[in-house]
Amino acid sequence: MTDNTANTPAATAPHRPTGLFARFIQATELDTRLLGMIGALALIWVGFHLYGQLAHGFGAFLTPRNLWNLSVQTASIGIMATGMVLVIVTRHIDLSVGSVLGFCAMIMGVTQVYILPQLIGLGHPLLWILAICSGLLVGTMVGALHGFLIAYGKIPAFIVTLGGLLVWRGAAFLVARGETISPVDPTFALLGGGPYGAIGATGSWIIGAIGCAAVLGMMWLGRKRRRGFGFPMRPVWAETFLAIAGCGAVIGAVLLVNAYYWPKGIVRRHVAETGITVPEGGLFISHGFAIPVLILVAVAILMTILMSRTRFGRYVYAIGGNPEAAELAGINTRWMTVKIFALMGFLTGLSAVVASARLGSATNSLGTLDELYVIAAAVIGGTSLAGGVGTIYGAVLGAFVMQSLQTGMVLIGFDAAIQQVVVGSVLVFAVFLDILYRRNSK
Amino acid sequence: MTQTHTQKPLVELRDISISFGGIRAVDHVSLDLYPGEVVGLLGHNGAGKSTLIKILSGAYQRDGGEIWIDGKKAEISSPRDARDYNIETIYQTLALADNLDAPSNLFLGRELTNSIGFVDDARMESETRKIMARLNPNFKKLKEPVSALSGGQRQSVAIARAVYFNARILIMDEPTAALGVHETQMVADLIQELKKQGLGIFLISHDTREMMELCDRVSVMKNGQLVGTERVEDVTEDDILSMIIMGKKPETAAAH
Repeated sequence: MTDNTANTPAATAPHRPTGLFARFIQATELDTRLLGMIGALALIWVGFHLYGQLAHGFGAFLTPRNLWNLSVQTASIGIMATGMVLVIVTRHIDLSVGSVLGFCAMIMGVTQVYILPQLIGLGHPLLWILAICSGLLVGTMVGALHGFLIAYGKIPAFIVTLGGLLVWRGAAFLVARGETISPVDPTFALLGGGPYGAIGATGSWIIGAIGCAAVLGMMWLGRKRRRGFGFPMRPVWAETFLAIAGCGAVIGAVLLVNAYYWPKGIVRRHVAETGITVPEGGLFISHGFAIPVLILVAVAILMTILMSRTRFGRYVYAIGGNPEAAELAGINTRWMTVKIFALMGFLTGLSAVVASARLGSATNSLGTLDELYVIAAAVIGGTSLAGGVGTIYGAVLGAFVMQSLQTGMVLIGFDAAIQQVVVGSVLVFAVFLDILYRRNSK
Repeated sequence: MTQTHTQKPLVELRDISISFGGIRAVDHVSLDLYPGEVVGLLGHNGAGKSTLIKILSGAYQRDGGEIWIDGKKAEISSPRDARDYNIETIYQTLALADNLDAPSNLFLGRELTNSIGFVDDARMESETRKIMARLNPNFKKLKEPVSALSGGQRQSVAIARAVYFNARILIMDEPTAALGVHETQMVADLIQELKKQGLGIFLISHDTREMMELCDRVSVMKNGQLVGTERVEDVTEDDILSMIIMGKKPETAAAH
């Protein structure tokens, strides 16, 4: 009703301070939530490191080795958290992902250890691919079944997936009567990380170069589009800052993963196997990016594109914001629900690949309690349980926060009971902070 | 009274009925609408006006009756079907996704995409600027979620959505309920303009005086039934009010 007055900057943002920081945020158009989360993550990292230094005389957290391991441990939860964003944004919940992960892992285990070797022979080059396909397919189908029951059976998602939590954990046991299935196919095992499951120094630099090129290319494209439509541009200093920050983060990550060398034992075995000569001063082989981490990055990028650049993503947010309006706009909201849960199932299957490859075997307890960490990661990452709000990068950062807490507490020697208390409290506290943030930003 | 029209009707609702749990919300109602005409729907809350137009817009499925468009029988079983017949609706609730910005809402379900199938936000924003410049020149908050907009601004997003896609049949359910005097006048001007372009408009409102000004004909509903349809020049405001309250046709109509 106050159209004429509401458009001056002072009226749109009456609380915003006009200091240097506010101008910085406005010019760079950075999400303050994102900055807050990165700040919180940095605080956790430095905090654990300093605690280790003071209490034990050795800060183990901010070392290439720990951060590399942290990235690998985050991969499984992070992949699923990107899908959980869609589920929660559309006002649903999925409590079954941990059990479905266990079920998919068992299916893949049986496929690659018992079924495929009889059909195509042990060590067949296609074996690992077929095994993965079986897991992804089963995950997608289970998810689609959940979605179907929710959308067309009108059963609340909480109930369907609570049932799924029990059903699929039981089914995972039944697949092989509770046996642990190992060893997995050697190529399959690479997807779980480890010295061999990483791409090395050269590969990491190539990835880094592609990453920097992508950052610069996207900024250039964005600028071109804005000019084309005559929209306001970011100032040049802000663009420069974003370019340096973006490329700096990519290069920093490459330097970090390349600074973590293979353990001596594995180097010795590698030397014996390949017969290369060891230079003076010893042979240092960099890990480089772990394959599961690259999978997580790829999933995060694709999911971000899906959510921000496609109709599907737009409809997910619309359904979350106002399901009735989405329906009246001609969106088939029920079919969307099936697709969203099928996608969640697909990502759970992918997580099962990473988790069981990392373990080198499939057990029916794989992924137990993962649903809670995945939901926590999405929620800490700013996904609102009221629906309509949530980002992929937030969920991935949330997964990093959860995993950092977990790893940090192990490193400084907290026992399991205290870990649970801390993780649970952090979840509640993070949501409380989020509510405060939203209230103040209105 | 339809003899005055030489064209064939744009929309004919024939004998429409719908029940919710044993209650007849719309009870054998027939209405028609001609190009370039505004037909007002009046009645108390719960008289069945919104339900009737929701059947035409595809939000509800009728239990009985037929919808004819351009002299042909039409099958409308979803909002998407209605859009295919160029029927656009401004709902009383506005039906906006509050978490999305104005361009996303305007194009919801009909996003503009580029050559590789990605939504083209820049082009949608640019198109939104253009239509808003025509409808509500003060509208500038294109990047903010519509929850941050005032009632009038939200209303103009809903109106822009209906107007942008070349509607032939426009349904407006209380389009001025949330508006101030100035904006109400803008909507009235818009209705006149769209009328000139040959659109048929169903208008729902509680404001009898406003309806007398804007409409060519008014239909009054009570308890799900159609009390009667009158040309506005044939009746007074009091006649209409008595139709709404008593559920009876005025004397003038009975004399015909």
